[in-house]
Amino acid sequence: MIGQIAIVLFDGFAFGMLLFVLSVGLSVTLGLMNFINLAHCAFGMLGGYVAVTAMRQLGLPFVASLPLAFLAAAAVSVIFERTLFRRLYQAGELNQVLFTIGLVFVAAATATYLFGTGQQPIQLPSWLRGSVEIAGMRLGAYRMFLVAVALAITALLVFGLERTRFGAQVRAAVDNQRVAQGLGLDVDRIFAVTFAVGSGLAGLGGALAIEIVGLDPSFGFHFLVYVLIVVSVGGLGSVAGSFLGATLLGIGDVAGKYFVPEIGSFLIYLIMVAILFMRPLGLLGRR
Amino acid sequence: MSAAEVVLRTEALEKRFGSLKVTRGVTLELPRGARYALIGPNGAGKTTLINLITGQMRPDSGSIALAGRDITAMPTAGRVQHGLTRTFQINTLFPDLTPIEAVTLAIAERERVAGQFWRPLAAHKAAIEEGFEILRGLRLADVATRTTRTLPYGQQRLLEIALALATRPKVLLLDEPAAGVPKDESAMLFSVIAGLPEDISVLFIEHDMDIVFSFASRIIVLVAGAVLLEAEPEVVRTDPRVREVYLGQAAHG
Amino acid sequence: MSEIARNSPDPRLWLKQRSRWSIVEIAFWLAALLPFFLFPAYLTLASQIAIAALFAVSVDLVLGYAGIVTLGHAMFFGLGAYAAGLISKAGWGEPLSGLVMAGVFAGLVGYVASFIIVRVQHLALIMITLGLGILSYELANAMSWLTGGTDGLQGVDTWPLFGAFEFDLWGKTAYSYALAGLFIGVMVCRRMVHSSFGLALRGIRENVRRMPAIGSDYRAHLQTVYAISAAIAGAAGALLTQTTDTVSLDVLSFQRSADVVVMLILGGTGRLYGGIVGAIIFLVARDQLAGINPQYWYFWIGVLLMVVVLVMPSGILGGLARLAGKRD
Repeated sequence: MIGQIAIVLFDGFAFGMLLFVLSVGLSVTLGLMNFINLAHCAFGMLGGYVAVTAMRQLGLPFVASLPLAFLAAAAVSVIFERTLFRRLYQAGELNQVLFTIGLVFVAAATATYLFGTGQQPIQLPSWLRGSVEIAGMRLGAYRMFLVAVALAITALLVFGLERTRFGAQVRAAVDNQRVAQGLGLDVDRIFAVTFAVGSGLAGLGGALAIEIVGLDPSFGFHFLVYVLIVVSVGGLGSVAGSFLGATLLGIGDVAGKYFVPEIGSFLIYLIMVAILFMRPLGLLGRR
Repeated sequence: MSAAEVVLRTEALEKRFGSLKVTRGVTLELPRGARYALIGPNGAGKTTLINLITGQMRPDSGSIALAGRDITAMPTAGRVQHGLTRTFQINTLFPDLTPIEAVTLAIAERERVAGQFWRPLAAHKAAIEEGFEILRGLRLADVATRTTRTLPYGQQRLLEIALALATRPKVLLLDEPAAGVPKDESAMLFSVIAGLPEDISVLFIEHDMDIVFSFASRIIVLVAGAVLLEAEPEVVRTDPRVREVYLGQAAHG
Repeated sequence: MSEIARNSPDPRLWLKQRSRWSIVEIAFWLAALLPFFLFPAYLTLASQIAIAALFAVSVDLVLGYAGIVTLGHAMFFGLGAYAAGLISKAGWGEPLSGLVMAGVFAGLVGYVASFIIVRVQHLALIMITLGLGILSYELANAMSWLTGGTDGLQGVDTWPLFGAFEFDLWGKTAYSYALAGLFIGVMVCRRMVHSSFGLALRGIRENVRRMPAIGSDYRAHLQTVYAISAAIAGAAGALLTQTTDTVSLDVLSFQRSADVVVMLILGGTGRLYGGIVGAIIFLVARDQLAGINPQYWYFWIGVLLMVVVLVMPSGILGGLARLAGKRD
């Protein structure tokens, strides 16, 4: 029983780490630009399809397709940011929601047109298949890989935000955009770069998600709700908040469906509503 | 000054943002009918002080009393209902409403009839007429039915004041009422303020020293969150510390 | 001074004029009777449209007038639908009283929910409305002993209207009933938006930060309008139940919440009739394009949303009003 709980916790944590990679970019861009980008997971879906195509058409190994997923999502997102999204920074949240949800619809239809409605299977390398036995528990190799990747990304993000000059600029802009502009920071460039990195991470998350949850044209919708829960519960603009929110949601979702399957599907929404009622700014949000 | 005359009193107000103390032990008294100016260099915490007094922010410690009643824990709307109203440095209006709608709304809120959803707006005859009188007094009658967003900036500043007056304030806090208004227009604006009813106590923030010295009966100088000096204009004008604060700032700026 | 007085408008007259009936409005309601004569084969669709339109009008109160984004209003539509169905199943099939009870029930739930709604803004608000919507869907699914779950609620039996008019196969009674419901709902909302309360709602939408500074306890206004809106949405749901004699789980679905917002945006927010125009266009288009793959239907919805936001932010009615040179 103890072992079972430990495995469920581990699987939940791994799922949480996947959610973290998918959502952390949205949290930072939301904190930075206050732009509610519901198309965030559409970029994740793009990354997924790029990885699938790279493996199938170019014969690339799985791990080599991951950077491509990141780069493609980053590149496409920055085009959207520069041409369309930036017009909506000053618009109300309703317009942002409508525009980006419209983009999700279009993305889903485009994916259907190009790839059909079916799931996209992928072939993992042998070292990522099967499981590893640690302290008497059989843990999935792929899930361990997922955790390692997510922790590495967390470390990079924390380092990048806390220790680099650009990171300091981003933090200043998150705290107060007007002041940052007054200090002579190029807020436009900060926006574009942050948006690209955030969407790129979503693309990477989309590629990493295929093995866990599959990939089909509804990905941009399906995961949107999870990602939004992570961001709102964790608090906008906070890497630590996203990490916490993703971990809680991942474990809560997996454990809920495992131990109380009858109510597991609405337990997470109940908890989310309760948390936001107590803390409207999220667990670690400050504004 | 006898205590009975004091309408607004703050007692040792303190506020910090993180490690930064923006309000330090501010104790003030505003008597009935006062025309006080609040001055100080940029970043002295003038707007923060107004935010604390009107309830947009909560002080870390200290207390605020309006007409002898402790209002430290009262929300902003309640303070307005009790006669403590402010205007904003940056226009905080209703862009898509007309001036007559905006002031009528404020009056309806004051009379606590705004929640009536069955009575046509046009049936609130007294409120509409009172609102129109306020607009007329601020020379906004001609534009009463134009959308706020289409009004020239100077008229929008006047509408800020009209909205505050519609709450029938005992104490009016004006945060740079003439901010961004050309100099000749700002003199006009302050003549409107000088002509407000005698029993309203006014505290205004203003950077133009000519205006401050000609309209204020008393001046409060705020530096780094604390009151440096509170005195008559002549005293402030010649005080070496005030000179140093302003000259020092000029030398750095 | 007297010169100014002569030139300036009479404010009360001006305010009165804004709430006056226009020719277009009267023509619209007369035109709503045309389906009886011109499209007798489409009366079922027409009653679906009238119901969706009433739902859109209820959302307009919250979203268009008070400026509160909601992505979970199907919760109240569905609650009304299930309430009407369960009342009928319990043995009371009289439609009018059932409609009122269902609306009151949804309104009460809306009032309770409003205590959460007024606490949050921005993303948290969107998530709360979305979350409550999904929560009610999952709850109805889990409580299949009461709701019938995915099979839907069976055995609803609505008695004839006024004890005389059967809900016939052709939808004549259904459309009459739904249209009357829409008309009454719109008249109630119309009265409300032209009151001081309606003005306060617009104040909240235009600048919620200023509201406390003019002494407004705006959260109380929001709670009131949220409850009223929920009641009207619930009545719309009840109309659907009573005119079709079934309730399926999708009355609570996110898609219903999203579709109603699309209809409203398409027609134009904050003008009551926007939701009606949007519902007509949306549902007629969907009926005509029923054969195509739903994926592509949503492709065009997506394109439409992006275009509306970028070039036509005030919707079709807003665009028409601008063309006509009127300000509102």
